[in-house]
Amino acid sequence: MATYLEFIQQNEERDGVRFSWNVWPSSRLEATRMVVPLACLLTPLKERPDLPPVQYEPVLCSRTTCKAILNPLCQVDYRAKLWACNFCFQRNQFPPAYTGISEVNQPAELMPQFSTIEYVIQRGAQSPLIFLYVVDTCLEEDDLQALKESLQMSLSLLPPDALVGLITFGRMVQVHELSCEGISKSYVFRGTKDLTAKQIQDMLGLTKPAMPMQQARPGQPQEQPFVSGRFLQPIHKIDMNLTDLLGELQRDPWPVTQGKRPLRSTGVALSIAVGLLEGTFPNTGARIMLFTGGPPTQGPGMVVGDELKVPIRSWHDIEKDNARFMKKATKHYEMLANRTATNGHCIDIYACALDQTGLLEMKCCANLTGGHMVMGDSFNTSLFKQTFQRIFSKDFNGDFRMAFGATLEVKTSRELKVAGAIGPCVSLNVKGPCVSENELGVGGTSQWKICGLDPTSTLGIYFEVVNQHNAPVPQGGRGAIQFVTQYQHSSTQRRIRVTTIARNWADAQSQLRHIEAAFDQEAAAVLMARLGVFRAESEEGPDVLRWLDRQLIRLCQKFGQYNKEDPTSFRLSDSFSLYPQFMFHLRRSPFLQVFNNSPDESSYYRHHFARQDLTQSLIMIQPILYSYSFQGPPEPVLLDSSSILADRILLMDTFFQIVIYLGETIAQWRKAGYQDMPEYENFKHLLQAPLDDAQEILQARFPMPRYINTEHGGSQARFLLSKVNPSQTHNNLYAWGQETGAPILTDDVSLQVFMDHLKKLAVSSAC
Amino acid sequence: MQIGGAVAPALPPVRLGYGPPTSLAPASGSYPNSGLYGSYPQGQAPPLSQAQGHLGAQPPQRSAPPQASGFTSPASGGPPMPSVTGPLLPGQGFGGPSVSQPNHVSSPPPQALPPGTQMTGPPGPPPPMHSSQQPGYQLQQNGSFGPARGPQPNYGSPYPGAPTFGSQPGPPQPLPPKRLDPDAIPSPQLNELPPQQKTRHRIDPDAIPSPIQVIEDDRNNRGSEPFVTGVRGQVPPLVTTNFLVKDQGNASPRYIRCTSYNIPCTSDMAKQAQVPLAAVIKPLARLPPEEASPYVVDHGESGPLRCNRCKAYMCPFMQFVEGGRRFQCCFCSCINDVPPQYFQHLDHTGKRVDAYDRPELSLGSYEFLATVDYCKNNKFPSPPAFIFMIDVSYNAIRSGLVRLLCEELKSLLDFLPREGGAEESAIRVGFVTYNKVLHFYNVKSSLAQPQMMVVSDVADMFVPLLDGFLVNVSESRAVITSLLDQIPEMFADTRETETVFAPVIQAGMEALKAAECAGKLFLFHTSLPIAEAPGKLKNRDDRKLINTDKEKTLFQPQTGAYQTLAKECVAQGCSVDLFLFPNQYVDVATLSVVPQLTGGSVYKYACFQVENDQERFLSDLRRDVQKVVGFDAVMRVRTSTGIRAVDFFGAFYMSNTTDVELAGLDGDKTVTVEFKHDDRLNEESGALLQCALLYTSCAGQRRLRIHNLALNCCTQLADLYRNCETDTLINYMAKFAYRGVLNSPVKTVRDTLITQCAQILACYRKNCASPSSAGQLILPECMKLLPVYLNCVLKSDVLQPGAEVTTDDRAYVRQLVTSMDVAETNVFFYPRLLPLTKSPIESATEPPAVRASEERLSNGDIYLLENGLNLFLWVGASVQQGVVQSLFSVSSFSQITSGLSVLPVLDNPLSKKVRGLIDSLRAQRSRYMKLIVVKQEDKLEMLFKHFLVEDKSLSGGASYVDFLCHMHKEIRQLLS
Repeated sequence: MATYLEFIQQNEERDGVRFSWNVWPSSRLEATRMVVPLACLLTPLKERPDLPPVQYEPVLCSRTTCKAILNPLCQVDYRAKLWACNFCFQRNQFPPAYTGISEVNQPAELMPQFSTIEYVIQRGAQSPLIFLYVVDTCLEEDDLQALKESLQMSLSLLPPDALVGLITFGRMVQVHELSCEGISKSYVFRGTKDLTAKQIQDMLGLTKPAMPMQQARPGQPQEQPFVSGRFLQPIHKIDMNLTDLLGELQRDPWPVTQGKRPLRSTGVALSIAVGLLEGTFPNTGARIMLFTGGPPTQGPGMVVGDELKVPIRSWHDIEKDNARFMKKATKHYEMLANRTATNGHCIDIYACALDQTGLLEMKCCANLTGGHMVMGDSFNTSLFKQTFQRIFSKDFNGDFRMAFGATLEVKTSRELKVAGAIGPCVSLNVKGPCVSENELGVGGTSQWKICGLDPTSTLGIYFEVVNQHNAPVPQGGRGAIQFVTQYQHSSTQRRIRVTTIARNWADAQSQLRHIEAAFDQEAAAVLMARLGVFRAESEEGPDVLRWLDRQLIRLCQKFGQYNKEDPTSFRLSDSFSLYPQFMFHLRRSPFLQVFNNSPDESSYYRHHFARQDLTQSLIMIQPILYSYSFQGPPEPVLLDSSSILADRILLMDTFFQIVIYLGETIAQWRKAGYQDMPEYENFKHLLQAPLDDAQEILQARFPMPRYINTEHGGSQARFLLSKVNPSQTHNNLYAWGQETGAPILTDDVSLQVFMDHLKKLAVSSAC
Repeated sequence: MQIGGAVAPALPPVRLGYGPPTSLAPASGSYPNSGLYGSYPQGQAPPLSQAQGHLGAQPPQRSAPPQASGFTSPASGGPPMPSVTGPLLPGQGFGGPSVSQPNHVSSPPPQALPPGTQMTGPPGPPPPMHSSQQPGYQLQQNGSFGPARGPQPNYGSPYPGAPTFGSQPGPPQPLPPKRLDPDAIPSPQLNELPPQQKTRHRIDPDAIPSPIQVIEDDRNNRGSEPFVTGVRGQVPPLVTTNFLVKDQGNASPRYIRCTSYNIPCTSDMAKQAQVPLAAVIKPLARLPPEEASPYVVDHGESGPLRCNRCKAYMCPFMQFVEGGRRFQCCFCSCINDVPPQYFQHLDHTGKRVDAYDRPELSLGSYEFLATVDYCKNNKFPSPPAFIFMIDVSYNAIRSGLVRLLCEELKSLLDFLPREGGAEESAIRVGFVTYNKVLHFYNVKSSLAQPQMMVVSDVADMFVPLLDGFLVNVSESRAVITSLLDQIPEMFADTRETETVFAPVIQAGMEALKAAECAGKLFLFHTSLPIAEAPGKLKNRDDRKLINTDKEKTLFQPQTGAYQTLAKECVAQGCSVDLFLFPNQYVDVATLSVVPQLTGGSVYKYACFQVENDQERFLSDLRRDVQKVVGFDAVMRVRTSTGIRAVDFFGAFYMSNTTDVELAGLDGDKTVTVEFKHDDRLNEESGALLQCALLYTSCAGQRRLRIHNLALNCCTQLADLYRNCETDTLINYMAKFAYRGVLNSPVKTVRDTLITQCAQILACYRKNCASPSSAGQLILPECMKLLPVYLNCVLKSDVLQPGAEVTTDDRAYVRQLVTSMDVAETNVFFYPRLLPLTKSPIESATEPPAVRASEERLSNGDIYLLENGLNLFLWVGASVQQGVVQSLFSVSSFSQITSGLSVLPVLDNPLSKKVRGLIDSLRAQRSRYMKLIVVKQEDKLEMLFKHFLVEDKSLSGGASYVDFLCHMHKEIRQLLS
């Protein structure tokens, strides 16, 4: 077994790929019986410090329908200087540059350790990165101040040649011209009127070759004639200007009467931002960064009216079909998101408010374009400030951890077809021979666009085995998949990263054990969860849960060892043993449960779930719980109410929250001030240990988690109590006769009950 | 003009003064020159004993005193009322004169008229040689029919040594008539011709009523004493007379002038007379410094005291009864209780003892402080705002307008109107520039630099900012100055030629709405708004439409959008002043809709060049910005039972039939109101008018200005005709006609005017004048200028345009006249022509004017002509070199630059005097008149001659004499 774990880990490190199955069932029929589809989690830009990019272009298969890239799996005839494509078996001549090729003089892309390789494309004009700030001014004074400071700070973090632009909005939308001296100039738009891209460009004067308004005066050299110059300027030129402009930003001056929300034209502001970039820099890496402090209250994309007495929609309203503006707003933002994606730009949403801000409606803007979504209580929190700063963090090479306008293409060997992808991507609608008719996630294509991605962005990619049962794959045959990611590197280079992987085929009837052993239950759990979340976005919650349950039961029936109708006989092999538990926690997670979450929160959680890599995703599904006590070194403990003990400090990481929970006794000790007494220094250390560990997580994670420091009986303890498995509740507290743990006041089923049911159903012949 | 007439007689037409070949000819030769002034040999006995005013030679009939001013007799000082005098009987044999008949002009019998043909003959009769040695002429100069003062140094008589310019074309050959060549060097022999011969066949222009004479007489008679308004139904002095007014219970004629101060009691009488009953009201008229502005009365929280039924305001005519506990409304007779706090005892005459302490009980004009009930939304108004909206398209930049304007605004902003003794104006200002898009400016005082906000969404205009757009000048001075410095720079290289217009007004209006205040927009606009936006216009200038049924479309707006916009502006109290700087057609008819309906003004500077037009524009701008304005005003005219205000003319908007809504109203704007009978009036109680204007002062105070005027009522038509005011009548008729062109063909409008005038005069002839020959034209004394003035209206650019008058000019003038007061229409239609070198240089007074006719010009003289809009300096070809030198600093006539607009500043008495005169003329007018120096026989002279309104005009307008004959004929037709 250890070999498979190693293999999986090694593959992940090298290629950024984790498959649900690492040995593939060789026929369509068998594959469908495996319940968990053949799929993988792909992190296209996984950081590879050990992988310097090669400075030449890839060699393509000459068959126009294939165009696969030369890779270590290809058969090479060194004498004839030929190579055979491992996907379409086309024999290709090496290009002239490869004349010196031989067994001992191989290009990097043929070496097995370069199953993932990155090419740098020298062709084509390089255009600078673009950052367009879209800033809400309907904020409280200190919020706005904090935001302004963050924005000003960010200017120093941007690459000096990057273009920046500023749009502010409140009741009106202002597009600021950055090039002027003296008078600061902005174009103002009504916040209630939906404008087409053409109108926006007309009104900004972008359609005419030269709007003579603000041209260089005689005597000065004429500016280069790109028309967007007035709104998007290189940061090194207008740094001071923009800093001042941001400094002078005032709160939206329009009066807000008692009982009203400020009029906030987020929809139009975003529309203008999209239109501006669309007209000026299509297909160039650009970030639209939306900073909003409340829900859009007017115009297209409005989420709630300005009457404070009418609250913003809740899940309850949505279920009752009582959310008046939701559909229209969602449509507006979807339209914008699709346009943005088409142009290769991405939209970040930084929403900081105590109440909801309409993330539900706006989520597609970030989801479809690969933008970030950050949710906080206020811009004046370290959560926002740190997170925002982390956008501009750099990798080991000193490059920004962001890439733009990526296209991911998937090529498969002929036994496989690609069924779809789930992640921050949109379909490019490229039909090809390897596109499956069945769709899982965003399907019907072999290429996807990912407008913004970072080294952790991860897509779930789903495949279908199409090989017919009666046409078995020859013994030892391998299936191959090639992932080709073209993208604009933050250094503005175009790059192509190619990952080619291969796995063994196995006949499921004769070699089920092999397949079973090669099951990656973590990847499978995440991939299934993504499917579930994807469904949940479009379907009713209960249906998704039922679907998930049925899949789990079918998996257990298929791979469990049991005697029919005998639940006690049920066993799962090690490679499956954790899977039901993941499913249990997934069912309770905010990704599928909306209870206790606002629609915005759900959108936020789902957004991150659909793009984080496997480790983070697993933490999201099943939070990690560490225990700190005098009994020994810190140790992970079960995410169970029984772990909550009086003499323990618990540290829970749910990805979105870091909770430090002091057990009852510990809390009393702290209250008594033992930590301040020199003789109890060890207690002080104990208290400090989880804080340090938490800091470590806080420092590393994007977005920065909410940090909660609470204790037994504290109101914030609910964050912990809602996550742990309610093995002890008010119903069974004494029935178990144990003294440890804390009862959870809930009617939710515990893992034990869940497992009992699962076993019963799995062994039942009824389903 | 057509003269309809009878069949031509067999005799060859004798050349008569008006319209030689085709005009009047005496019937059957019985009087070859009968009935024509100037053709009578001296010494002819008057035909009728009723003739009066013969230098005392004839005893005045019917005891009417001779008209003072018309006589050399010392009868001056007598009332100017001419008696109804006997007409001149025709058929008195050759030379049977109609001499000395005031108000009577006889003309040949109708059968003498040839079939109606265009009068194309030369208008210019030779100026008669007035002199005291010619008593015969004097005899004819009864009343104001001609110059009657001894020697006539000022007009008519030739300058010594210089033959009269434009004098008689030649010997009076009957046929064919020779075209008068105005440029011909007059032959000196002509002057030697005996006057009889010269004037034999024509009407002597000196014999027909002379506006100059009338004006001079009124000046002399009534200029010296103040006009006291205590007595009901007094006719005030003419507008051309300088007089002081003492308010003793009726509004000053500066505020209200009526067509008649004695109005018929019944509608039948009114219909018969056809004299329009109208009042020209200028509620916020500026007063000379000697006269006090209206007192402000505060009736406290309960607001001004009003009649409960008709809501008339307390005024001197209200009758207090029951010992002062109640008062009876003078308008509707309703009895109202006097509120306790207002109670006062009555004296023995029934007058309140405090009557003289309270303006509202003793004065004709006063103001009330309005309470919150009189305010929009029951909220006291905020101080108003001025928004300057500047076209920065290519044309505006190129002509230098923007730079000039920005420079000027920097200092002009210190002179915004202030109330009373306020130290600084409460008015806030805002700035917008525009071409195809609008630029708003944030000039908040806390900013280091102004901020520009561009709004491109012209289809759906809105105001992008609230705070910082409208600011107090002194607080934001630095930012404003910085802005005004930068605007010309910012757009210096603009290539944008297209502009929008309606969105600009919309924006200003929305800005005022957002700021919740009234205010005024100053628009500086250059071109036809052809950019894609609401209110987009196309060039529809089509001169082919002139004289067709579609001509009216030239005056109508192209689109209804501007009316809708104007309505919104009025609702917000947003007045729009438009300064136009067109290089070509801009469709003034459409662009002026909003200014017109919002009580604003339009200024037009065609082909604006900074060098040439700077002074005029800046002067107009300064005046326009500085003048006191009332905002968001509503005017209501209440009348005594029996008559009712039915029609209103002026720059305003009306959403119902009674309330005149004025987004803005300044001291130059006039509203003409027409009244009609709806019941009988009472001779005893007379007729009362009360004009109430509710407005917001420039400090933001809500006030009511009340003007009261009592008129007499009559049962005798003669009383009506004795108390008319021709200048006011012309004001009304011009406005009536100018509105008429919107809906009817111009010809119809002109005919209507002529018919109405004929009816008025015919009614007089029929009912008031003593029976006389039909061949005699008899005019009521106070209407004797009606024909000449009406002719001027008829031949004005709007009603009879010349070839050089553009469509825009016509629309512009039409629009201007709509809100002119009586003095302005008077001089506009009959320009003032002042000889400069006739009177001694030392004389401090203005030289007496001469009649606006070419033949009054002497080529050895220099004249100034002004009509309130234009100012010409005409230089005769034979002007003495010394004069040329001292005025123009050049040595000869030929070196004078034609079209010069500034006189050199020279230190000599003549130059000082002329320049002083020009300055004083300009000061009298509400718009700056640009000077144009015209040399005799120069190209520009055509332009100048256009204003010589007594002459035949090039566009076909009749000469005074011709028109008078035509009028006579019309009257005769009506009478027969």
